Amino acid sequence: MIIARILGTVVSTQKDERLHGKKLLIVRPINVDGSDTTGYVVAVDTVGAGFHERVLVVAGSSARLAQGMKDVPVDAAIVGVIDTVQINGNE
Amino acid sequence: MQLARVIGTVVATVKNESLHGRKLLIVQTVDRHLKETGKPLVAVDSVGAGVGELVFWCRGKEASFPFKREDTPTDCTIIGIVDSESHVTNGK
Repeated sequence: MIIARILGTVVSTQKDERLHGKKLLIVRPINVDGSDTTGYVVAVDTVGAGFHERVLVVAGSSARLAQGMKDVPVDAAIVGVIDTVQINGNE
Repeated sequence: MQLARVIGTVVATVKNESLHGRKLLIVQTVDRHLKETGKPLVAVDSVGAGVGELVFWCRGKEASFPFKREDTPTDCTIIGIVDSESHVTNGK
């Protein structure tokens, strides 16, 4: 899993019917110290995350194992909102 | 499967229901000389590892297999703790 920050939303009317009612967000992977990296991913939100929050993103077929994602065509899902990251005793 | 050092922890209160009760750790992948390679990742712990320990982890869908009875959405899981670092470096 990677840590990412939410950059924005995606609106799509014409989509696979199994994606109906799912919130799509644009996330950018970040380093553990909070600094940005490059690139972005469109991920399905399963937790109700909001703009600019740090979240946990699971990629690949494991994304389908999240609650409510069974048989949904996704390869990236937001599965947690991060409160704190502690490395070597420092937050 | 790859070797990694546990370097930190992640706390997330709001998370997908299938992740409730799981411990999240930050792992830094290391090579066979135990030198850091690549970026740190967030891993789900299945063996009770702690910060500072040398572990091995598994990526992909297989990462959810240790939690067989429940579907756990993880693509990175710690599946073992290395007993002694000299086993890895062969005393060198």
